[in-house]
Amino acid sequence: MRILLVDDEVDLASALAERLYLRGIEADWVTTAEAALEKASAVDYDLAVLDVKMPKVGGLELRERLRRLYPQMKFIFLTGYGSEIEFNEASCQEGESCYLVKPADIADLIQRMKDLLAHGGGDQ
Amino acid sequence: MNLWKKLIPDFWNARPPLPGSSKFLFNYRRIWKWSVLLTGIVSLVPLIFITLVDYKVTERAFESEFRLRAARVVSNTQRAIGFFLKERRSALDFIVRDNSPNALTDPARVSSILTGLQKSFGGGFVDMGIIGANGEQKTYVGDFELQHKDYHEQPWFQEVVERGVYVSDVFLGYRKVPHLVIAVKQGISEGSFQVLRASVGIGPFEDLLANLELGGLGDAFIINRQGILQTNSRYHGRVLDRIDLPIPEYFATTQVRDAVNPKGEELLISYRFIQDTPFILMIVKKKQDLMSVWYRTRLGLILFLVVSVTLISAVILGTATYMVHHMYLSDEKRLVSLHHVEYANKMASIGRMAASVAHEINNPLAIINEKAGLIQDLFTIKQRYSADEKLQGLVAAILASVKRAGRITKRLLTFARNLEATIEMINIGDVVSEVLSFVEKEAQMRDIQIHVDVSPDTKIIQSDRGKLQQIFLNIINNAFGAVEDGGHLDIQIHPSVGEGVAIHFSDDGCGIPEEDLQRVFEPFFSTKTGQGGTGLGLSITYNLVHEIGGEIKVKSEVGKCTCFDIHLPMTISSMKG
Repeated sequence: MRILLVDDEVDLASALAERLYLRGIEADWVTTAEAALEKASAVDYDLAVLDVKMPKVGGLELRERLRRLYPQMKFIFLTGYGSEIEFNEASCQEGESCYLVKPADIADLIQRMKDLLAHGGGDQ
Repeated sequence: MNLWKKLIPDFWNARPPLPGSSKFLFNYRRIWKWSVLLTGIVSLVPLIFITLVDYKVTERAFESEFRLRAARVVSNTQRAIGFFLKERRSALDFIVRDNSPNALTDPARVSSILTGLQKSFGGGFVDMGIIGANGEQKTYVGDFELQHKDYHEQPWFQEVVERGVYVSDVFLGYRKVPHLVIAVKQGISEGSFQVLRASVGIGPFEDLLANLELGGLGDAFIINRQGILQTNSRYHGRVLDRIDLPIPEYFATTQVRDAVNPKGEELLISYRFIQDTPFILMIVKKKQDLMSVWYRTRLGLILFLVVSVTLISAVILGTATYMVHHMYLSDEKRLVSLHHVEYANKMASIGRMAASVAHEINNPLAIINEKAGLIQDLFTIKQRYSADEKLQGLVAAILASVKRAGRITKRLLTFARNLEATIEMINIGDVVSEVLSFVEKEAQMRDIQIHVDVSPDTKIIQSDRGKLQQIFLNIINNAFGAVEDGGHLDIQIHPSVGEGVAIHFSDDGCGIPEEDLQRVFEPFFSTKTGQGGTGLGLSITYNLVHEIGGEIKVKSEVGKCTCFDIHLPMTISSMKG
């Protein structure tokens, strides 16, 4: 599977990509929505991990744009707002998106990816 | 004493007004005092004033009525007496004109005239005589032995010689019986004369005076100008005594005067100088007797005033107390709701701050997490570092700290979110644990033993997590405030009798005195006011419990324990608002 990481924090995105790589998952990282759209047009990604709060275009809007272009793509949000159930309920459609609270455990993240891609279902 | 305590309204002992606030704001005693004073003044002063005016006016009306009546009686009586004397004088005058001097020296003729007079005039004429110019009684007709008596030294004889006609004072004379003399001079010839003298008894005067309608204890009598009584008086002496009252000043008209008798009693004296006589008619009445009707009226007036003042005062006091009490109650309610709003605002601010702090911290934490995770990954993969246990340990410690910090921020975010009313299915045990996590550090520091016992039968209930957190936090904070270091706090959660869940907090702190126990849920009741307590904690707790449809009770024993029992319903449908 091919993963796109989008987070305005370079340190976070780069480190996470490297850790995924060390676990055999190919992940590209970018820090803005524009870069993400550009990257997605070149590479066929299965899943995008998005930060919710980013300057200019946020994670939720980016998902809408990506979803329109690539309907098969799955999404995982990483959010600092640890317990926004409303966010989860409103934004995470069954089998398409789910969310994780920062700081997230890498094993949890990989498990969510596998769940979304394999069964098309993200049980929280 | 207890009754007195009950009578004092709550506002009387309300806390003193805040410094710097208006003099009347929250100063209920002052408001009460002023409203009682002002209402009292505007209602009682006119009443008292009008009553006093009425008192004076009526008193004067009574007095002038008495004066007028006395003056009228005196006036009428003096006319009657004057007429009586004038009539008799005229009769004698007619006799001397109608009879020759010689005829009048004939005793038979004089006797016949006397009989005629007595018959025509009724009472009055006692005897009659003719006195020569030398003063010797030449002819006498009557019951006394007065023939040849010499009158030339008697004052009345000299008066009649001078004036021609004379009415004497009452005197005893030779006969030693009080009488008066009417004498008329009859000229004979060349300066010679004789005098016709008739004696009149005082009986007719006394009859006249006795028949006066004086009412009560009035006294009517006649005196001469020297103050000698001419008739018997009821209170001021017998005939020919000197009266014990001052001789009135001369006036041609009827006079009414105030005087005081030797006993010190106030008198009303009306008098009149009877024209052409030496007599003064006096009617003396005691003011006290005259005014007795007024005293009865006065008593009624005073009674009316006292009853009115009492009634008005009672109404004023009652109304003022009622109004100020209601003012006090609504002020209290307003203050409590203001404080609730303030409290809610404060909690909302804390929530927002907590959320933003947690969020801001979560981002760097995530970076640390990923970086340290990467280091750990690298260590694991690369042989060079995997053997270095110290490095591995350091990285693991960083990751553990990140996890711990993450838990704290999550808890903060949960707390913040719960401040907004959200109704959900709740395991009470979890909420208690969450709240305890906020105070575990303090408990550790102070060595407070917290024991939580959750019954396995406890059901999940529908409630408001945020409110439950605040309720539990308030009660636990309260317990922490009460216990000494090393104290105990036991929390039991079990199914309540009937439906719902019961939570039982008991600490072994200082306890609450019995007299304060009734008031701990009252707003502003605090024993820690000097130490920054607002007296609102338990009041807010009480309201929150009721808002989610529950009940809270407190039991305490001073120096032993305090127990708060909370009962929560299965659903929040019974919410009171």
